[in-house]
Amino acid sequence: MEIGLNHYLVLSTILFAIGLVGVMRRKNLLMLFFATEILLNSVNISFAAISHYYGDLTGQMFAFFVIAIAASEVAVGLGLLIVWHKKHNNIDLDNMSTMRG
Amino acid sequence: MELFLYTALFSPLVGSLFAALFGASPKTKIAGIVPSALLGVSFLSSLVLLVLVMGTGLTLHVEMMTWMATGDLYIPFGFVVDQVSVTMMIVVTLVSTVVHVYAIGYMDHDKGFNRFFSYLSAFVFSMMILVMSDNFAGLFIGWEGVGLCSWLLIGFWYHKESASWAANEAFIMNRIADLGMLIGIFLIYWNTGTLQYKEAFAVMPSLDNAILTWMGIFLFIGAMGKSAQFPLHTWLADAMEGPTPVSALIHAATMVTAGVYLVVRANPLYSLVPHVGLFIASLGAFVALFAASMALVNRDMKRVIAYSTLSQLGYMFAAAGLGAYWVALFHLMAHAFFKALLFLGAGNVMHAMHDELDPFKMGGLGKVMKGTFLMMTIASVALAGIFPLAGFFSKDLILEVAFVEHHYIIYSVLLFTAALTAFYSFRLVALIFHGEERYKLFGIHPHEAYKFMLVAMSPLLLLAIIAGAFKMSYFEMVSKLLPATEYHVHSAATYWIMTIGTQLLVILAIAYAYKKYTSRDIAVPDGTSKMENSFAYKLLISQYYIPYFYQEYIVKAYRELSEVFWTKIDQKVVDATVDGIANVFYQTGERTRVMQSGNLSTMLKWMVAGTVALLSLAVVFGLAARYSVEIKTFLSGLGV
Amino acid sequence: MFEAVAFYLFAFLTITMFYIAVTTSQSLYALSSLAAGMIFISAFFFILGADFLGAIQIVVYSGAVMALYAFGMMFFDTTRDVKEKQGNKAIILGLSILSAILVIVIVSAPIVGNNIEALYPVTEGAGNVQEVGMVLFTKYLVPFEVAAVMLLVAMIAGIVLAGKKMDLSLTLMTEAEILMMKEEDKNKKALS
Repeated sequence: MEIGLNHYLVLSTILFAIGLVGVMRRKNLLMLFFATEILLNSVNISFAAISHYYGDLTGQMFAFFVIAIAASEVAVGLGLLIVWHKKHNNIDLDNMSTMRG
Repeated sequence: MELFLYTALFSPLVGSLFAALFGASPKTKIAGIVPSALLGVSFLSSLVLLVLVMGTGLTLHVEMMTWMATGDLYIPFGFVVDQVSVTMMIVVTLVSTVVHVYAIGYMDHDKGFNRFFSYLSAFVFSMMILVMSDNFAGLFIGWEGVGLCSWLLIGFWYHKESASWAANEAFIMNRIADLGMLIGIFLIYWNTGTLQYKEAFAVMPSLDNAILTWMGIFLFIGAMGKSAQFPLHTWLADAMEGPTPVSALIHAATMVTAGVYLVVRANPLYSLVPHVGLFIASLGAFVALFAASMALVNRDMKRVIAYSTLSQLGYMFAAAGLGAYWVALFHLMAHAFFKALLFLGAGNVMHAMHDELDPFKMGGLGKVMKGTFLMMTIASVALAGIFPLAGFFSKDLILEVAFVEHHYIIYSVLLFTAALTAFYSFRLVALIFHGEERYKLFGIHPHEAYKFMLVAMSPLLLLAIIAGAFKMSYFEMVSKLLPATEYHVHSAATYWIMTIGTQLLVILAIAYAYKKYTSRDIAVPDGTSKMENSFAYKLLISQYYIPYFYQEYIVKAYRELSEVFWTKIDQKVVDATVDGIANVFYQTGERTRVMQSGNLSTMLKWMVAGTVALLSLAVVFGLAARYSVEIKTFLSGLGV
Repeated sequence: MFEAVAFYLFAFLTITMFYIAVTTSQSLYALSSLAAGMIFISAFFFILGADFLGAIQIVVYSGAVMALYAFGMMFFDTTRDVKEKQGNKAIILGLSILSAILVIVIVSAPIVGNNIEALYPVTEGAGNVQEVGMVLFTKYLVPFEVAAVMLLVAMIAGIVLAGKKMDLSLTLMTEAEILMMKEEDKNKKALS
């Protein structure tokens, strides 16, 4: 059976939906970061697939930069997470509601 | 030449603004002297213009600037000095100057001295605009201006509730009539396409008679308000709440004559609809009798003179309605002089008697106030129409007009009213200046007014005596503009019988008044005499119960209606709607504020929800764009 | 044929791994399944002929990022179950399924699919790594440099945020101050 672009795109969408579920569901900040990683990866798949099926390198370049940015984001995010943990000794999302309207 | 026009027009305004500078300061004499001087300047300019118009028959027409020029509508600030307007200008400026100088003395002890002169000069300015304007819009501006200044001046002592009530009554009644006038002006514009006098009157003969009738009627409704014809007459008597100089200027000589001026100015229109003119004349005659009857028994000095004004206005309208426009204007002029003199004299009496108005409480003042006595007597003689004073030439001319035009009913009514006029005028003079000094019972010590006030009144005295001599030269001047009908009774015998008969009637009335009111046993009526309890007396003293009728059935009903509108509609509907809209926004904010809970998890859920919404929009619009042709055919098939 | 088998196999594995990462209540399992998921995604990259990208994925993601997460988890008590007060499950599921459907509808629309043109076309003959290199250092040079700066910034930020006594700067302090600081630390340790 021929694997076309649509298959990859559907796969990417399913992974994205799983990532959304994680983002909405998780109350622990670290778990939230995991879900964010899933989102970014699903998008990378879709970029690579489109790049392959249209003979264009732009998609791969974009995925490359997404990886770079994700890495730096993790670094800074974890740093902030550690500082928060030192202060409050827990990382539950429900306790982090100081920016309320 | 235009310089004189602008000087005459704008000097009162400058005077008013000058006095207004001192509005908040305590009384200062200069705030009275400068406006009076400027009015004198205005009078001199009007005099120059009179000489010009009379001598050369030239009319001066200037357009100062454009007011409205939109589409087909063109209304300029234009002024015209022709025979009619120069007559009015002379009357207005002369009486105003006299009143201004008089008021410097009269308002001597009043705290609002500066304010008074500002208002008074502003009034004169509005009146000048009214008489000098060359189109109906300018006339209306002046009309409203005099109404406003009249309100300010009647309610001058605003902390007196009766005064502010009277001022409101005057203004509102005028406003009601102004609606009629506006409709008339709209009709004129609609049918003739212009508001300039010359052009509008040139087009009118070609218009439909029904339209012209309506125009005439509506314009006259405006005149009815300003000149206090029945049924919009109650404000004039109540307007006596204002200071006496105000009554002299506004309610004798100028504002109330604006209605007559309007009819005279619109004479081309009224000549085309003689049935409207007949109605005006009949109403005028009726008002003359009506007002004279109320003056017979009244116990308020100024009110008697006010009713006298009302009566004479009826005379003027009778003349104008019958087509004798120049006669009406002549009577306007003569009447202005002696009526203003009467009012100013009454002011002197009031001041002497410490604002007492009941003539029954006065008496024998002739011994103390010789100057005022002389002036008021001569003014009353002029009013009664005794030869050779001014009233004879103007009033008797109106009687002749009625007779010659074969309107015998109007003639008899006016004749009877002349008798009544003589009677009540001299009743007043007799009660005040003759007989026993009843004022001594009330502990009042009267004294004559300041010398300069009497000097100021003297021009009016002079004119009241000699104005009749100008009749012929006046006629020659004004007949260049107004229809120049000379009214001659056909047979000389009838003429002499009429004239002598009228004089005899008047003299008899005067004698009767003197006999009745100078006897030794006049006492202050206290409600117990037989005459006071008679039906006729009660009817007349309460002004035929008309004010009562207005108060009970019109004012009260309107007030109830206003209350209903206020509580039910304004508060419940309008306010509720506005508050409701504001509330919607506020509640939306309150409800959606919950979204910003600060909880990251909740916010993430909202973010995903927003993304879903945007995605659905993208799908919907994409489908619509893709299938737009099919959608259009589908909808047109449905008949949308 | 091979391609289809590989695709479905790896698809199944990836979805399973990520599902576990999202739903488990133990953070250690979540971490491990996430790492496994990353590896399987790199398999996709290799299937699609993006060799360079696949290698990068393994090295950076499952190597560096996962290691970072593992180090981060050292700070938290991993044996303790993550207690989560659950929100409304229906909303979560509904929203995510809805968004998935919508995205599929959008990308499978012919108007989107048929109008894509290649901007940087693949040159035949060269290997993937060579092509990536050619494009990266010519057309994407500026983003490349900026990304480098960004990584530097992230690194310094991580160090400053997570380190101890990061507000003091040893290079800016004088000898005497450093000695005084050491004395204080010794006294504190002796007292405690």
